[in-house]
Amino acid sequence: MNDASLQKTKTSLKACWSCKGPMPATALFCSTCEAVQGPVAADHFVRLGMERTFDVDVPALDRLYFDLQRQLHPDRFATKAPKEKAHSQQQATALNDAYETLKDPLKRADYLVHLEGVDVLPEGCNLVQDQSILIEAMEMREKLMMADTMAALNDIQRDTKVEVDDVLKALSLAFKGDDIQGACQLTTRLKYLDKMIGEVRQSRARLMA
Amino acid sequence: MSTLLQIHEPGKSPVPHQGDATLAVGIDLGTTNSVVAISTENDVAVLKDDDGKALVPSVVAYAPDGSAIVGEMAKRLLLSRPDSVVSSIKRLMGRGAEDVKSLGGQLPFDIEPHHEGESHLVRLNIAGHTLTPIEISADILRALRDRAEAHLGAKVEKAVITVPAYFDDAQRVATKDAARLAGLDVLRLVNEPTAAALAYGLDKGAEGLFAVFDLGGGTFDVSVLRMEKGVFQVLATGGDAALGGDDFDHAIADHFLKQRQADRGEVTLSAADVKIALMTGRLAKECLTSADDGEWMLSIGDEQSKHTLDRDTFNGLIMSDVDRTIKICHEVLTEAGFDPLDVKGVVLVGGSTRVPLVRQKVEDFFGAPPLSDIDPDQVVAVGAALQAEALTVGSDTLLLDVTPLSLGLETMGGLVEKVIPRNTPIPVAKAQEFTTFKDGQSAMVIHVVQGEREMVDQNRSLARFNLTGIPPMTAGAAHIRVTFQVDADGMLTVSAGEDTSGIEAKVEVKPSYGLSEEEMSKMLYDSMKHAKDDMEQRFLAEAKVEAERAMLAVRSALQVDCSLLSVSERETIGEQMDNVIDAIKGTDRDVINQAASALDKATQAFAEKRMDKGIRDALTGVSMDRLEESVVDGAKEGEDA
Ligand SMILES: [Zn+2]
Repeated sequence: MNDASLQKTKTSLKACWSCKGPMPATALFCSTCEAVQGPVAADHFVRLGMERTFDVDVPALDRLYFDLQRQLHPDRFATKAPKEKAHSQQQATALNDAYETLKDPLKRADYLVHLEGVDVLPEGCNLVQDQSILIEAMEMREKLMMADTMAALNDIQRDTKVEVDDVLKALSLAFKGDDIQGACQLTTRLKYLDKMIGEVRQSRARLMA
Repeated sequence: MSTLLQIHEPGKSPVPHQGDATLAVGIDLGTTNSVVAISTENDVAVLKDDDGKALVPSVVAYAPDGSAIVGEMAKRLLLSRPDSVVSSIKRLMGRGAEDVKSLGGQLPFDIEPHHEGESHLVRLNIAGHTLTPIEISADILRALRDRAEAHLGAKVEKAVITVPAYFDDAQRVATKDAARLAGLDVLRLVNEPTAAALAYGLDKGAEGLFAVFDLGGGTFDVSVLRMEKGVFQVLATGGDAALGGDDFDHAIADHFLKQRQADRGEVTLSAADVKIALMTGRLAKECLTSADDGEWMLSIGDEQSKHTLDRDTFNGLIMSDVDRTIKICHEVLTEAGFDPLDVKGVVLVGGSTRVPLVRQKVEDFFGAPPLSDIDPDQVVAVGAALQAEALTVGSDTLLLDVTPLSLGLETMGGLVEKVIPRNTPIPVAKAQEFTTFKDGQSAMVIHVVQGEREMVDQNRSLARFNLTGIPPMTAGAAHIRVTFQVDADGMLTVSAGEDTSGIEAKVEVKPSYGLSEEEMSKMLYDSMKHAKDDMEQRFLAEAKVEAERAMLAVRSALQVDCSLLSVSERETIGEQMDNVIDAIKGTDRDVINQAASALDKATQAFAEKRMDKGIRDALTGVSMDRLEESVVDGAKEGEDA
């Protein structure tokens, strides 16, 4: 028996907070007393029990999320002891965080590059400084400022959505090919496009009012 | 109508067999009417009075001795003794006087001037009594509780209470405080549209993307939900917490008063006159739901005036309000990324959806006739009762709701930095980092706001607190982390800390328009004979649940690892378990806590032995593999599901 295997055993086991007995460190419930455990540190993919990928099957993600919330949501613990309620709330909070991040392609892309140690800040990517992205964003903004009819806004919205689809396809390839630089650049572009869609929406609302 | 709604005479209802501990009712605390219902094995009974009426008008009359009369009786007193009657109090929950709409410069409430040292809570003067909206709402809740107890022949202490989805934190806190004053333990605050969806989903088997259009007496909500087998996922919600059927009454009353003024010059109105005018407006509105026109008398002072109104004129008066609800529907759908045609059905909730113009506009917008097969006045209480049963008895149903309004902090220049955006699934926790802007700055004001606007003063201020004791550092060196946490009830807790020094401040957000803890204790003491030890009761109940949990955990451990103990060790633990069981039967919290901690001490060595055995087993190999497998399986399981 060597030190490494002892270490591994100790990290894969923990004491249940309720009955204090041994249990697998990552289990949601104690196998002895059934008490709900607090969330463990894990990335969003592991938390939802899925493979780390950009190509998330959203209906499958929904099912995983619903199944876990069914077990962990505070509504299941309404009559339980305060400590159990607190653990359930933390678990449900962590699940919501994971779900919100992975459901949305932009947040998912952002998160995946973050897991690679790169952060795409609102003002751009810290890895890639690509002038063409900025120029494209400026051009889009100009077009939006000129658009003063619903038809013009609809055109911009449609064009932007087509571009979003293209970027998503490219992102999928970039992540598959471990091209983090490329992914980072595309994520930055996606951020601008997303902002654009929001602005088009606001302009439409203004025009309707 | 379905089996959901049955008439139960007082005392003759089937008493749920789970025993008093799990008896929980669902309450729709409405602006105009309130409803209480109970569910047993998914069969909901809306509790009615001797006349077969399910709706309890949310109207309270106060007798000279301060005792409250709630409901139909109080409503009858509204015209004869307007000074001692109060209605639509929900509009003042968690609000200040400046939020109330006046009629001819006069409020339908007699509001006490604010005194130095008091909280900013509104105080009403009703027949010489000073009362807060929370106390008045508590009186309505007590009447509902009394009705439930009469029906069930048992004490009712637990409830699911519904609130408008668009209620902000201050309004939610006020509602919870009112329940506490009424001696009700709130199992969950559920958003009204979500409760309605639950009723439709469980009773009518509705599945797919649905919108719930909920226009009540004083509030408007619209929620977009995805409903599938047992899952109710709110995708987006929006509304206006001060838009409802009351505004239609208001528009008619205003119309009549203008006609009067044109006829006989300027009139000054008292609060009582305003109540009478609004009541007349309300009668006209109800009549015009089925009739095309009508004639009403408005008697103010000694003078009566006659007014006619037809449907078209009425529609004109309320058009802008109704258009606003449709505009909000559009915004909410767009935000959720849907088109009106994506929506499979729209559920109508709230008495004000009976107004023909409202129905028409909803139908036009969604392009489908709306659903109203469960009574729009009762559907929310039905959903609340179903959820109350689910929370106490257990169920597979999952309600996933969202934050209705963005939560943020004031930053430099009066701007708002959003921490949690609206439509985020709850529970949620998010942290934001700030820093000091002056050298040696030792304190920082944290100002929490709720709303969508960019500037602080255009949003609702929820709380302001001071983080002090920041060690002297150069500007920008401190790392101040503010954490927002919203629980499944939609209630916010804010904590703040400085990372380099470890200073922590935690605040339960007590809104500017809420009760202080002292005011709450005083009210509990003043108003309730049986609950002056309300706090103690709560602590006792919690201590019992916690001691029982500890005892059951030891019992489970013994079942698995009892062989690790000698006979005498087993006996010692057994004695301590018996002590806990005895203590739980009593009412002394200290005895219960002592017994629980004695049990904890008596099992420490046992716990160590169990951990040792766990590690030993794991290292023997076989179970180590099993352990790893089970971890991996756990992850896989989800994927296959
Ligand atoms: Zn355990």
